[in-house]
Amino acid sequence: MSFPILIIETLAGGRLLVLALVLPLLGALLAFSTGGRAARRIALVTALAGLVVAAAIALQLTSSAAALDYAFGGWAPPLGVSLRADGPAVMMLVTTALVIAATMVYAGVDFQPAAGQREGRSGLVFWTLLLALWAALNAIFLGQDLFNLFVALEILTFSAVPLVCLNGRAETIGAALRYLLFALLGSVLYLLGAGLIYGAYGLLDLGLLAARIQADAGAAPPALWLALGLMTAGLMAKTAIVPLHLWLPPAHSGAPAAASAVLSALVVKGAFFVLLRLWFDLVPVPAGWLLAQMQGALGAAAILLGGVMALRQTRLKLMVAYSTVAQIGYLFLIFPLAGADAAVAFITVGVALDAGTAALTGGLLQIVSHALAKAAMFLAAGRIAARLGHDRIDDLGGVGRAMPLTLLAFGLAGLSLMGLPPSGGFAAKWLLLRAAVETGQWWWSLAILLGGLLTAGYLFRVLATALREAPDDSAIADARAGTGPAAPGPALAILLLAGLSVLLGLVPLGYWELIQIGRPGLYQPLGMVP
Amino acid sequence: MTPTLFADLGLLIILLGLALLITAARPAFIAVAAYMAYGLVMALAWVRLAAVDVALTEAAIGSGLTGLLLLGAVAWSQRHTQFQARRLGLRPGIPRRAGAGRGLTLLVALACGGVSAGLAWVVLTLPEPAPSQVPLVQAALPITGLGNPVTGVLLVFRAIDTLLESVVLVFALVGVWSLASDPAWGGRPRSLHVVQHSGALVLLGQLLPPVGILMGLYLFWVGADAPGGAFQGGTMLAAMWLLVLSAGLAEVPAVASRRLRLLITGGPLLFLAVGFSGWAFAAGFLGYPPAWSKPLILAIEAALTLSIAAALAMLVAGPPERPTAADPQPDPQPERNQQRGHR
Repeated sequence: MSFPILIIETLAGGRLLVLALVLPLLGALLAFSTGGRAARRIALVTALAGLVVAAAIALQLTSSAAALDYAFGGWAPPLGVSLRADGPAVMMLVTTALVIAATMVYAGVDFQPAAGQREGRSGLVFWTLLLALWAALNAIFLGQDLFNLFVALEILTFSAVPLVCLNGRAETIGAALRYLLFALLGSVLYLLGAGLIYGAYGLLDLGLLAARIQADAGAAPPALWLALGLMTAGLMAKTAIVPLHLWLPPAHSGAPAAASAVLSALVVKGAFFVLLRLWFDLVPVPAGWLLAQMQGALGAAAILLGGVMALRQTRLKLMVAYSTVAQIGYLFLIFPLAGADAAVAFITVGVALDAGTAALTGGLLQIVSHALAKAAMFLAAGRIAARLGHDRIDDLGGVGRAMPLTLLAFGLAGLSLMGLPPSGGFAAKWLLLRAAVETGQWWWSLAILLGGLLTAGYLFRVLATALREAPDDSAIADARAGTGPAAPGPALAILLLAGLSVLLGLVPLGYWELIQIGRPGLYQPLGMVP
Repeated sequence: MTPTLFADLGLLIILLGLALLITAARPAFIAVAAYMAYGLVMALAWVRLAAVDVALTEAAIGSGLTGLLLLGAVAWSQRHTQFQARRLGLRPGIPRRAGAGRGLTLLVALACGGVSAGLAWVVLTLPEPAPSQVPLVQAALPITGLGNPVTGVLLVFRAIDTLLESVVLVFALVGVWSLASDPAWGGRPRSLHVVQHSGALVLLGQLLPPVGILMGLYLFWVGADAPGGAFQGGTMLAAMWLLVLSAGLAEVPAVASRRLRLLITGGPLLFLAVGFSGWAFAAGFLGYPPAWSKPLILAIEAALTLSIAAALAMLVAGPPERPTAADPQPDPQPERNQQRGHR
């Protein structure tokens, strides 16, 4: 074995990756150290800097059409740890920065210390852990090392769980504890798998491991398969795919709206992104055909079960939480669809695509459009609940008149979740649907279509009720009389997220060009790689 | 049969027996006691595997600190169930683990058995000798000026992991503090509060710390060239502080205290600062200029030792609580902090 041990920085762009990871971390430490009202100001400054860094990385990547790499301390893997920004990572970096910044604008005045207090409990915890969660997510998107990814997943867990029980009520503490147990089980299984892989190969770097696994194609050791099985199970528990979804609805609906937004939009996607890295970067999907079919089946079950459960809810926030269970299901269809015969090509919107690229593009687009739409939906639900003092769906009458901007945002986000054109959700589901049809796996297209119908069902129920006139004696009539116009910032932030989730579908369908950056030969099946 | 094989078999049997006891024991206290014993025997097993650094960490954190946290949880739930029982007019009992349904128990047993069997089979198929990066670490270690390859991995080659792990501790503490009630925020944790002074504890609290602090500092200092380091040394210091606190010889700091918070974040912040300086003076972020690498690493480890000690001790102390009528004297600290905020 001869590896260069020390490498010297060549690209200044690599430093941007370090900043994407370290700036939110520094912000979290400073927010905790100073505390008080400064915590929020530090968070807002960090958000601004983080947005700039994410945009700069995206610009650098699209202009050079090559991935960015960085080795910490100049130590190249396998001795050191490296970061890498490829197309999918950059999509996630930008989405995360947008959702977190919008959430901060929304949460601007919530979590303020009470009058006469220097610092409140929920404020310190919220601002510190929101920044911590951001750092963890960026570490996951950029991470190239199995153990480094584990540490990132741990930070994600420890910053996400306390956000669930920020209101301190017994039932939300129970939901947070259940979430913690599921997440820790997932961590243990992941770590066990990473340890086994190190035992078999003596490597932790994804790139080096992938080369070794490709080299002994067909003769992979049993340790690799057991490790992948354990890690997949662990990450599924963290992603809350059916039947491991039981922790999600109480946790996501019980948290304050600003926390629910990031938990539902981003945190579950963090674990899923590691799953994508394992199955697309470490071992190509065709190698695990049966497992891919099983993952698809869980996805389809989640789409249907989540949809039916959402339809049966009487509380708005619980309904939105069950909708997340369903929308996560679509992501797991990537595995059987992208793993199918990659030679199947078809033309959609004037571009020739192979089925694998279409499925992966559709899946990543689903992650992004759901992140934007779900964050908007939870924030809108939070505003409605704050205004009405309740979130019973049947009593939402008058909301359309009292809070038109918020309801508009809710509706736009719903458009994307249902998958109606021209939204980003439509583009995502269309690509998945085409991939299912073209590869002859029609059974997945049934799940996609039925899921769309169920989504339309539960969302129209909310919209129809909200557009009705309020009865004169209802809370909304009182609320309208009592309060003047609210500050426009939060409503505009929600509208921005919802609008972006729709506009994603209008942007020329060039996502696969971005996704392909830094991933040559991704879709070649195991035997064909030179 | 050689004597060492005999000893290893003995360790294995004890470990399996303790593991069974942990899973089977119904009273939570016995399960926790067995868990702490398991950690210590496991530390011996690590020594037998020549992983002395892991053994020290297992004994300090796996058995000692985790055991202490679990004991605290058992004691708390004991108080809670007795309080509930008295309220309901029932006879107070010992806290037991809630029994899961038989179907769930069977499912968990099957899953655990399956994973164990899979692991047992797969471990036998692993390549021999085990592939590892040890030769590469040994080759690169002289550049760092360190003598302990484990410290080399933790603070040089994979410094980013250690940085992130030291930060995890801060966020875990924020999570524990988040369980406080809103009116108690800013005040002192009270789980260690002394209601009645015990002579034996006070004596221990005066006798042990000088020795313990010296040992903690030694563990940190020796870590550069021999097994030891910030985590082991920090745990030792935390244990000494906790002893002094629970003997009532010093007061637990208020969570609003800025000095406490800077003590907790100081290590990670210094680590980050050195990391950034790598851009100007070394091969990149978290790189060290060769001539300076050992002093910089020692400075980081020193700050981390203190931060880890403070964070671990405060994790055990728990969330802040409001003073109750049973407390001997009110403390003026939270009010002072609030006044400072007004200015």
